[in-house]
Amino acid sequence: MSAILRQRESALRAEARRDASVRTGDVLDARAFDLLCLTVACTLAVHFTHLPVSLAAALAALLSWRWLQRRAHRGNIPALLRFVLLAALPLAILMIYRTPFGRAPGTALAVGLLVLKLLESERPRDARMAVGFCCFVLMSALLFKQSLAMTLPVALALLPALATLRALQADAGTQPFSRLFAPGATLMLVSSPLALIAFVFVPRLPTPLWGAPGADVARTGVGDRMAPGDMRDLLIDDSPAMRVGFAGAPPASDERYFRGVVMWFFDGRGWMRGSTGTRDAAAQPVVIRGAPLSYEVTLEPTRQRWLFALDVPLSEPDGTHLDADRTLERVRPVTGTIRYQASSATSYTLDPALQPAMRQAALQLPAGYDPRATALARSWRAAHGGNDAAIVNAALALFRDGGFAYNLAAPPLGRDSIDDFLFGTRQGYCEHYASAFAFLMRAAGVPARVVAGYHGGYWNDYAHYLLVRQSEAHAWDEVWLAGRGWVRIDPTAMVRRMIDPGSNGQSDAGDDGGGWLTWQDRLDVVNRLWDRSVIGFDALRQSELFAPLGVSKLELGQLAAGLSIGMVAMLGLAMLVALRATRRPPRDALEIAQRRLQSKLDRCGLTRQPHEGPRDFFARCMLALPDNRAELAALARSYLSLRYGHAAPQAEPVRIYLREVRHFHARRVVK
Amino acid sequence: MAWLQALAAHAERRLPALTRGRKPEPLPVALHRRRIYILPTRSGLGFGLLLAVMLLGALNYQNNAALLLTCVLGATVVNSMLVAFRALDGLRLTRLRADTACAGDALTLHLQFDSAGRTRHALRIDLDGDATDFSLDARSGETTVAMPTEHRGWARVPRMRISCMQPFGLFRAWSWIAPSQDALVYPRPLSGPHPPPHAGDPQRRERGEDDYEQLREYHAGDPLKRVAWKASARNDRLLLRELDAAAADVPQRFEWNVLHGVDRETRIGRLAGWVNEAHAAGCGWTLVLPDGRELGPQADTAHYHRCMSALALL
Repeated sequence: MSAILRQRESALRAEARRDASVRTGDVLDARAFDLLCLTVACTLAVHFTHLPVSLAAALAALLSWRWLQRRAHRGNIPALLRFVLLAALPLAILMIYRTPFGRAPGTALAVGLLVLKLLESERPRDARMAVGFCCFVLMSALLFKQSLAMTLPVALALLPALATLRALQADAGTQPFSRLFAPGATLMLVSSPLALIAFVFVPRLPTPLWGAPGADVARTGVGDRMAPGDMRDLLIDDSPAMRVGFAGAPPASDERYFRGVVMWFFDGRGWMRGSTGTRDAAAQPVVIRGAPLSYEVTLEPTRQRWLFALDVPLSEPDGTHLDADRTLERVRPVTGTIRYQASSATSYTLDPALQPAMRQAALQLPAGYDPRATALARSWRAAHGGNDAAIVNAALALFRDGGFAYNLAAPPLGRDSIDDFLFGTRQGYCEHYASAFAFLMRAAGVPARVVAGYHGGYWNDYAHYLLVRQSEAHAWDEVWLAGRGWVRIDPTAMVRRMIDPGSNGQSDAGDDGGGWLTWQDRLDVVNRLWDRSVIGFDALRQSELFAPLGVSKLELGQLAAGLSIGMVAMLGLAMLVALRATRRPPRDALEIAQRRLQSKLDRCGLTRQPHEGPRDFFARCMLALPDNRAELAALARSYLSLRYGHAAPQAEPVRIYLREVRHFHARRVVK
Repeated sequence: MAWLQALAAHAERRLPALTRGRKPEPLPVALHRRRIYILPTRSGLGFGLLLAVMLLGALNYQNNAALLLTCVLGATVVNSMLVAFRALDGLRLTRLRADTACAGDALTLHLQFDSAGRTRHALRIDLDGDATDFSLDARSGETTVAMPTEHRGWARVPRMRISCMQPFGLFRAWSWIAPSQDALVYPRPLSGPHPPPHAGDPQRRERGEDDYEQLREYHAGDPLKRVAWKASARNDRLLLRELDAAAADVPQRFEWNVLHGVDRETRIGRLAGWVNEAHAAGCGWTLVLPDGRELGPQADTAHYHRCMSALALL
C-alpha cells in the first residue's frame, strides 16, 4: 500500500513541477510583449508612407489599444472579436484598393495580419512567430522603395525584433531593458562583413522565377507623350532623376538641356513621339563646333525606353539606338538604375538641310482645332513674310508681354487647349508653353517640334557630378531655321525668368548655397553611393567586380565557390574569435615547469592521477624510479616549498627549478 | 515527437560517443569545443525557412536592398550560434554537493561553476525531465537542481544536460555532464507501530497496557494482542491501539531484532520512521543495527544523519 502511496505522491510532485513550468515558461511576459509591440509599431511605421491613411491609422489604433489592454490584464482578445477583425481586414483592403492582387494590397494585408497576430500573442511561441513575420513584412517595405532612407529604418527595425527574441530567454527578467538590445545590435555589427560577402557573391537570378515586380504606382520619368497636366506630378517630385558626372567642368547652367524624347505629332490635345521619319531614318547630320563633351549618366529607373543626353548626343551608348532626331531609344524600358557613357555637342548646326518628309512631319497639325491661335499665327506670317526668326520672336514676345504667368497649379483647359491657354487662362508651366509655341510655329509654317527632357541640375562639388531631379523635368521646342538648322527655343524661360529670376540658375549653386546645400550635397553623395553599390549591384556589376581577377564571364559555379569560400572564411574567423577569447589565462612559471616534469614522467608510464597531490605523486615516482630517487626527492622538496611556502613563488627559484626539471632524465628500470 | 526521441535514444545507444554519456568523469568537468554540440531549435528551423523565402523573394524581384537586409539578418542569426557556444565554452563544473533525501523524494544537488571570466546568461540544466534555469556572473556561481531518487543507498548522480539558447533562441548549444559522484539516499521512513518499550524500564512497562489512547491502521508485523477488535469490527479493517509515546523523555531504543515477520526493506523503513519521529520530537534514541552495533543514545542532527546513513547502507 505504501508503494502505491509513494507512486501517487511522486506523480503529484511531477504534476506540480509541470504546472510550475507551464506557469513560468509558457506565458509571454510583459516586457517581451512590450518589445513585440514596439517591433510591430516599427514595422507599421516603415510602411506608413504607402499605406492608405485610414488603414494605417486604424491599425495603429488597434495596436495601441491591444498594448494598453494587455498591460491592464493578460489574456487573449475574445475569439469572436478576433474573428470579426480578421474578416474585416481583407474586406477593408478590397474596398480601398479594389483588387486583392498586386504589391500594395498584398503588403497592406500582411501588415494588417501582423497587427492582428498581436491580438492572440499570449505565449512565447506566438511572439517568435510574430517576430519572424515582422522580418518578412519589414522586407516587403523595400519592394516599394530601395533608397537608403528606406533601408536604414528597415534595418534598424530589426533591432527591436531581435530584442524581442532575446526577451524570450529565461533570464530576460533580470536584465535591464537596454541590455536586451545589446546582443542584436552587436551581432548585426559584427556580422556585417559576412553579410557583405553573401551580398556580393549570392548569384542573381537572370530572370524572375515568378511575376515581375508589380509596379502599380510606378513612378515614371519623362515619357513619350505630353499633354498639359501630365508633368505636374514630376515637377513637384524632388527625387533624383539622374546624375551626370563630367570629367571636367560642367556645362554652363543655361546649356544644361538634357534631351529625352523628341515629339513630332500633335493630336489637338497632347504631343506624341509619332513615327514619321524618326525611327528608321539615318540620324540627322550635325556640324559640330568646339570639342564635344563626354560624361557618364546614372539614370534612375524611368520605366520608359528613352535615355537622356546633354543637348545633341553624338553617339549611342551600348544597347541603344540613336534615332533620326537624336533621341536615344532602348529596346527595353529602364526598370533599374543604369549607367552609360555619352558624348554631346553643345555648339552645333543640327540638320542644315531638312528632308521634305521631316519638314512635313514638323508642320503637321490636326484640322479643326484652335482657330484663334491659328489665325494669330497666320497674321504673324503675313506680317513678317519669309522671316521665320521674326515669327519666333513675335511668339516669344507674346509670352513675355502678354500677361502670361508660370503656375504649376494651372487651370484645366478645354477642347481647344491652345486657344484656352493663349487667350483664356494664360497660366501654366513648361508643357503649356512648349505646346502652344510649337502649335503657333507650325500654324505659321515654321517647322517645329517639342522636346521633353530635363533642364538644370545641381552641381555637386564634392563628387563632381550634376544631380538632376525629377522636378527639373522640362519641355522646350526646336524650330528649324534656314541656315541654322534646328534651334532650341525655350518659351517657358520668357515667363519663368520674370517671376523667379534665379530659378533657372539655382542649379549652379554649390558654391553659394551655404550650410544647408553642402549638407544636401553630402547626403546626395551617400545616396549615389548607395544607388551604385547596392541597388545597382546586378549580375553585370557582379561580373565587373571580378573582371580584374581575369574572370571574364562569371559562372554560377564560380559564384557559388566564392560564396562558400567567403562564408567559410568569415565563419572561421568568427569561430576563432569565439574560441580564442575563452582560452584560459596562462599558468604561472612553476606550473609550466611542473607540467614539463609530469610529461617526462608520463613517458615512463607514471601519470599523475587527478586525485593525487604532488607529495603522493612524487612518492610514487620515487618508488617506481629508484635510480632517480635522490633527484626526485630534491625536486619534490623544491616544488613543495615553492608552491606552498609562499603566497606567490619567487621568480629566481622557479627558474632554478625549471633548469633542474630540464636536466632531469628518468632512468627506467628494465624489469 | 515520440519517434524522434526514440531515434535519439537509439543513436545514443549505438554511438555513445555522441553524447559522451558512457563514462562518468571526475570533477572538475570543463566544457570545451569537442563536447559542445549545436543544433537549431525548432524556431531556428522556422527562421531559416523564413530567411530562405526572403532570399528567394529578394532575388526574384531583383531587389538588392531587400537582399542586403536578408544577408544582414542571416549573418546575424548564423553568428548568434557562436554566442550560444560561447555561453558554454570554458565553463567548468568545479564542485558538486548533494543534500540528502529519503528515497522517492527529490534530492537537491548544489553545483558550483567557474565561469572563467565571462558572464553567462540563461543556462539551463536538464536532469531527468526537470529543467533548471540559471545565470552565472563573471567569476563563479552556484545553482541547485533536483535529482529524483528511487532506492536507498548510494545513487549515482545522473547525466545532466547543460544547454543554452542564447541570445535569440534559434540555436541550442548543449553538453552532457556525467560527474562520477554519488549521493546518499536515505531509506524512506515508513509509519508503523511505535517501538516496543525497551527492556529495563519498569515504569514504562507498568503504564504500558492501559495507556492506549488512539487507534491506527494495522501494519504487517504489529503484535496481534494490541489489535482493537471491537473497533476493527466497526470499521471493517484492522485497527490497532496505540501508545502515547510523546510523554517519553527517556532515550528510546530502536532495535533491528524487535521487528519480526516483515521483510528487510520494511524493517529498514520502520527503523527510519522511528528515527525520524524521534528526531522530530527532539528526544534521544539509540539505534541497534543487525550486526549489533549501537548508535547513540543521542538526540542531535548529526546523530540523525549517522543513523540514517547507516540504515541507507544496510
